[in-house]
Amino acid sequence: MSIRHTAALAAMLLLGTAAFAQAADKPTDPQIAHIAYTAGVIDVEAAKLAIEKSKTKEVVDFANDMVRDHEAVNVQALDLVKKLKVTPEDNATSQALTKAAAEERAKLAKLDGAAFDKAYVDNEVAYHKQVNGALETLLIPSAQNADLKSLLETGLKIFQGHEQHAEHVAGRLK
Amino acid sequence: MPKRYLWIALTLAVGTVPARAETIQVIIDRLVFSPATVEAKVGDTIEWVNKDVFAHTATVKGGWEVMIPPKKSASLILKAAGPVDYFCRFHPNMKGRLVVVP
Repeated sequence: MSIRHTAALAAMLLLGTAAFAQAADKPTDPQIAHIAYTAGVIDVEAAKLAIEKSKTKEVVDFANDMVRDHEAVNVQALDLVKKLKVTPEDNATSQALTKAAAEERAKLAKLDGAAFDKAYVDNEVAYHKQVNGALETLLIPSAQNADLKSLLETGLKIFQGHEQHAEHVAGRLK
Repeated sequence: MPKRYLWIALTLAVGTVPARAETIQVIIDRLVFSPATVEAKVGDTIEWVNKDVFAHTATVKGGWEVMIPPKKSASLILKAAGPVDYFCRFHPNMKGRLVVVP
């Protein structure tokens, strides 16, 4: 295990991100593409739940922004894998992310009103932070293809923007 | 300075006074406003050209907001002098600055 990889893994463990910590081996490009796509789908699904349940305009607006941006990123991701003739490959990290997201959604589904808003937005902050950590320390450094790396770098900026946006909304809910 | 040159210098200086309003472009590419800082005059137009597939805004806290749809442009005529910081409301990590002189 390289020093950089150990550091990345340590960073993920510090973030308490069980999902990414399972990525003990450096992911391949087809796996990275799958992880990035899955991370986007998860956020879109959470946002759709918020659009359905929340009565707070700012929360619904934020959720709509998430759907729009993540769907746009994923269209680009699909175009890229098509162009590169890469088949995204399911892997332990994607599965762990999906499992954790299903649990989070089940938790959110039981909440209503202000409790729902707070839980959704807090989770958005935490989730984007988690994905940003993984992008910075593991996914971007591991990506071999230059186009994939570039898309991930744009994705990181989008996610960092969402994290700040979510923090702003969280601040307004208090 | 010889008289003739002084005359030319004066003409050049006077010639720039009734300045025509300009349109200044700010390109948005991969969540970056560039140039990040623009110097302009009151009456100039700022045109944001969005090359991203994402919607952005140019928003001044407590002030104006321009929506910039994906792959589209949007403009604003500068009405007031002074430096102003703006950001994208959807991606607050995107920041720009306009320095507007009278």
